[in-house]
Amino acid sequence: MKISKLFLAVFITTSTLLFSCAPKDSDIQSKIQEKLKSMPEISVTVKDGVATLSGECKDEAAKDEAAESIKDVKGVKSVVNDCTVTPPPPPPPAPVVINADSTLIKSVADATKDFPGVKADVKDGIVTLTGDIKRDNLKTLMMSLNTLKPKKIENKLTIK
Amino acid sequence: MSLQDKYKQLIDAANTDGVSNLQVREQDNVLYIDGDAPDGATKDKLWDIYGQIDPDYRAGDVVMNVNVAASAGTKAKVVTDSTNLNIRKGPGTDQPIVGKAAHNEIVTLQSKTNDQWWLIKTDAGAEGYCYAQYLSPQ
Repeated sequence: MKISKLFLAVFITTSTLLFSCAPKDSDIQSKIQEKLKSMPEISVTVKDGVATLSGECKDEAAKDEAAESIKDVKGVKSVVNDCTVTPPPPPPPAPVVINADSTLIKSVADATKDFPGVKADVKDGIVTLTGDIKRDNLKTLMMSLNTLKPKKIENKLTIK
Repeated sequence: MSLQDKYKQLIDAANTDGVSNLQVREQDNVLYIDGDAPDGATKDKLWDIYGQIDPDYRAGDVVMNVNVAASAGTKAKVVTDSTNLNIRKGPGTDQPIVGKAAHNEIVTLQSKTNDQWWLIKTDAGAEGYCYAQYLSPQ
């Protein structure tokens, strides 16, 4: 009996001491906030010593770093890392490749060769079509010219 | 209205009809549509849609470089109006003619020099460069 009473007394004393010595959640939170000063995008809440991080991190490394930096703060029992990682923005599309006039002049000549009524001029990447063409042939000619990587095609053809 | 809105139907069709490596870019008020069509019928359909939105292709605000994906060994049909197709020594109309492929003849693609000139071989053994516009991959 005596021994168990003693145990009880020790237990009560110890737990009281522990309870009174454990930092308060609000104190832990302030300490963490201080630590995470350089990452204002992350916020923290502490409940019963469990720190929960939230917010948007720029990458996984930043997310891990945030959790790592606070796990040793006194009073933190565990860290729940609820931060999300912002997906990187898609790379901007590559600029459109426009062939040089010297290349275009040659390839446009090849493409228009079989359409005797068609005249084509090339300047600054712009292919200007004049003359005349049969309606049935227009699509074929345009399909062909569109593969040559011109800047644009000005169709001024008279369609017969 | 942006060009992508104007040609929305065309872009949507390219997406639904399985044009691969599709790139739609707007630059200096011209819409550039690039990609590989799965077959000639798809390419034709896209051109018909383009022609409906911009009759006779007058607006000059689109460059559509969508070609039929074809690799070495692909059979292609000669789709000239009615005439024979010249087979040339090199890729260019300034190159000497080394043979002819008949209208509707089936030839075999050896390699693509570019979107304009393909190296082909006929069943009779003639080999050289033909203008790709007159070849329809089968």
